[in-house]
Amino acid sequence: MSILRLAAWVAWKDLRLELRTRQNFLTTLLFAFIIIVVFNFAFDPGSRAARESAPAILWVAFLFAGILSLANAFAMEREEGCMLGLLLAPVPRGVIFLGKFLANLAFQTAVETLILPIFVVFFNVRFAGGFLPFLLVVLLVNVGFVAVGTLFSAMTMGLRLREVLLPILLFPVIVPVVIAGVKATALLFQAPAAPGWIHWVKLLAGFDLIFVVVCYAVFRFVVEEAA
Amino acid sequence: MTTDTQHADTWAASPAGGRAGFTALAALTAAALVGALYMVFLYAPREREMGEVQRIFYFHVASAWLAMVAFAVVFAGSILYLWRGRLRHDRWAAAAAEIGVLFTTIVLVTGPLWARPVWNTWWTWDPRLTSSLVLWLMYLVYLVLRGSLPESPRMRQFSAVYAVVAFADIPIVFFSIRWWRSMHPVVVSSQGMNLEPEMVHTLVAACVAFTLLFALLFRLRLGVERARLEAQRLRRILLERE
Repeated sequence: MSILRLAAWVAWKDLRLELRTRQNFLTTLLFAFIIIVVFNFAFDPGSRAARESAPAILWVAFLFAGILSLANAFAMEREEGCMLGLLLAPVPRGVIFLGKFLANLAFQTAVETLILPIFVVFFNVRFAGGFLPFLLVVLLVNVGFVAVGTLFSAMTMGLRLREVLLPILLFPVIVPVVIAGVKATALLFQAPAAPGWIHWVKLLAGFDLIFVVVCYAVFRFVVEEAA
Repeated sequence: MTTDTQHADTWAASPAGGRAGFTALAALTAAALVGALYMVFLYAPREREMGEVQRIFYFHVASAWLAMVAFAVVFAGSILYLWRGRLRHDRWAAAAAEIGVLFTTIVLVTGPLWARPVWNTWWTWDPRLTSSLVLWLMYLVYLVLRGSLPESPRMRQFSAVYAVVAFADIPIVFFSIRWWRSMHPVVVSSQGMNLEPEMVHTLVAACVAFTLLFALLFRLRLGVERARLEAQRLRRILLERE
């Protein structure tokens, strides 16, 4: 079987688990929703400040919710020695990384898909630059964020300070992704959409390429000692 | 990884590179630092517009240079550790990271001290300032990660992995932050500093002195690690005898 097929099996295992319990999904969704509601109180509704901060609020909600679910991505493997079972599977370690990465990516995208309509209604934004470019930006941010997040999630799963360490490790590294996501979104929300967003898409693509490869390559060092 | 303890023992027991060599390095560093101080305060001319405060520049730039060197050493040590699994390389990375954080802190403190009278503001989200800040955060986190795990191959592998990821991130951080700012009107452009030859000499001297200082601190820090491992080994032997 090809690497991708094997990875898809690992991903499917996680997704099926999530589909059956829905525990992680619902809490993450609720968390993202609450962030958006709380941020509404920080601004005068309908004011210029609220409109201008909309892209930043959207990404804070997406990424904070994402961190929350990433922290659980490997934690559940700790129970009943699941991680050991997973590592015993006769596949390269990179496949496990790809599988986890794909599952987290699907999860993150699903949460965002449900949160986005609520955000659009609350903040009254228009996709002046077209919806497809916006979709592209979201997907590219997700790939980079989830790739690094999956690696660090595997790293912190057994640690006492897991909940604090994961965001501390992750946020400085994904600074470029945050900047690019917020900036590109802001450019696409502007009334006459600014064409500069394409630069940020290129930057995101570069980040994604580098970090999917780097995380895939170093993943084995992270799980070797963890089981 | 089973031989990790043996690595630790052989590394700790290997000669620390000679007492005489160390004394020579320390003396050379001291002389270079005094020389650099002389050049910064007496040799380099007074800047016409900024005045005396401009002299911070020499140490500021030298510290930034040193931080770059340190982070390159962290990366090299981490890659070597992942590849070969030798304890020594992990300690290179740890020692260099501490020195790198120290000197990035100096950069971030001397920058605002200079900026207050010259730019009339302590802090501005100028690309270089922001990049230094993010860099400082990443390596601070590296040290936090090391500190949050007990001494083990796992701790060394995790920190090496983080160092590799952080290093791969540096160019992207620089680019993204530069673009992030350039989309805005730049309120304060970077200083169009035309350097006098004496100023260039002073800057070079400061950089050389700081590089020596790095070598000295690096050796001292590794010496501490050696002593710590040797103490651990002796304690183990004593416990076995009982």
